Amino acid sequence: MDKLIHDFSFGLFIWQLLVFVALIFLLKKYAWKPILDAVNAREESIEGALKAAEKAREEMKALQSDNEAILKEAREERERILKEARDMKNKIVAEAKEAASAEADKTVAAAKATIEAEKTAAVTELKKQAATLSIEVAEKVLGQELSDANKQAEMIDKIIDDVKFN
Amino acid sequence: MHHNIHSKLSVSLALAGAIIFSVPAFAQDHNHHNDSRAEAAHDTHDHTDSEGGHDVKTQIKETIEHHLADSYEFTITEGVSFPLPVILFDEGLKVFSSSRFHHGESVAEVDGNYYLLYHSKIYKTDASGHLSMDEHHHPTNIMPLDFSITKNVFMILVMAGFMFFLFKAVAKAYQSGQTPKKAGRFLEPIIIYVRDEIAIPNIGEKHYKKYMSYLLTVFFFIWFMNLVGMTPLGINVTGNIAITFCLALITFIITQVSGNKHYWQHILWMPGIPVILKPVMAIIEILGLFIKPFSLMMRLYANMLAGHVVIMSIIGLIFVFGSWLIAPAFFGLTLVLSLLEVLVAALQAYIFTMLTALYFGSAVEDHEHH
Repeated sequence: MDKLIHDFSFGLFIWQLLVFVALIFLLKKYAWKPILDAVNAREESIEGALKAAEKAREEMKALQSDNEAILKEAREERERILKEARDMKNKIVAEAKEAASAEADKTVAAAKATIEAEKTAAVTELKKQAATLSIEVAEKVLGQELSDANKQAEMIDKIIDDVKFN
Repeated sequence: MHHNIHSKLSVSLALAGAIIFSVPAFAQDHNHHNDSRAEAAHDTHDHTDSEGGHDVKTQIKETIEHHLADSYEFTITEGVSFPLPVILFDEGLKVFSSSRFHHGESVAEVDGNYYLLYHSKIYKTDASGHLSMDEHHHPTNIMPLDFSITKNVFMILVMAGFMFFLFKAVAKAYQSGQTPKKAGRFLEPIIIYVRDEIAIPNIGEKHYKKYMSYLLTVFFFIWFMNLVGMTPLGINVTGNIAITFCLALITFIITQVSGNKHYWQHILWMPGIPVILKPVMAIIEILGLFIKPFSLMMRLYANMLAGHVVIMSIIGLIFVFGSWLIAPAFFGLTLVLSLLEVLVAALQAYIFTMLTALYFGSAVEDHEHH
């Protein structure tokens, strides 16, 4: 202890005191304050960024569920529209079919009527021509046959037979 | 991580190198010192250990003493040294180069006054350099007020400059972005450690801010000075009692100035104990007031001094044994102890800062639980 006190250098103590106190204040102004402020600012900004990210994530989640609802709605809408369209199509097709078949029926009926009329006319014509032809044939046959008496008798017999059969 | 290991390795290698190169210098050191001792002994006719001045053990002892003591010149290695300015207040300001002492061999004459360097102290003498000794072999000559730029003062100034520019550069890097750059990458975690692990837990969230400048400065000053002390330049600033006294004194003053009502009440009239005990406790607490910074002063001083003495002694043992068989063993031991000292360098800085913060905390604590 005696040696310690004897070796104590007052000059060194004063120098250390002056230099060290000056160093504290210089470093405070030029180093510690800016460094600690920067570190604090960074820590705050990191915290803020983390909070913002958390918030964004939650917003995203909400947005996603919104999207899903919208999507579901759209899907339903589409289904509905498609169904409507399908119904419409079926109806139109059915109507068209009905109309077509009616038209066809009408056409067929008209055709039938025409055919019938034509047929009747043709038959009438045929009958008329057949009668004419018969008369002509009969005229010619009679013209020939009547010149021969035997043949006349034969003829008359045949006709009588035919009439009998009829 | 790999970076970390690499830097640790390079520190150890540098240390090993430092030790290797310091050994030859050690061996040759002090021939002139002994001469000066002998001369001083002749001058005074009152020197005890002049007989054993040349054996190895005495040489080692003197080298260690010389290494630990402050000096008026800066010795880089044997024969390479530069003088530092001597500043004395003795009938006015006297400034002259320490080279005029001729390593303590002759009297320096300045403005008609004569000064002699004896055992690292400056004494005022007559022209012949006569020292009169008391019964403890201490000179009784007048010691002028000495504010010389000694080796330690020089190192304090260099360190203050180094720290100022280092941390200013670290601070400047934050202007161009929020992340630390270069040295800041290494130093920022330590600064944050001092804040989060030393200041805030001991002082409290509410008050810690105003003490940060002192805590950071004292932490880095002690740590860096301890590390500089491990170089073979023979720098022993934190192992000097004047330095640790100064640091402990600043801690003491800041603690007392910050002391709130509860702090002083606890010391002078402790609540919650019988009245008869209160004066007794007051005496103990007042003693404690001084013991706390005293322990700070002694702990740092003794630890750093002891580290230097142990390492230098073990290196010295190589020369005591003088055997090439023993040398590698002591070399290895020195290396291991040097690594331990690197740890101690940081540890002592941490302990000093930690206890300082603890004392500040006790001074500003809100005693709401009482």
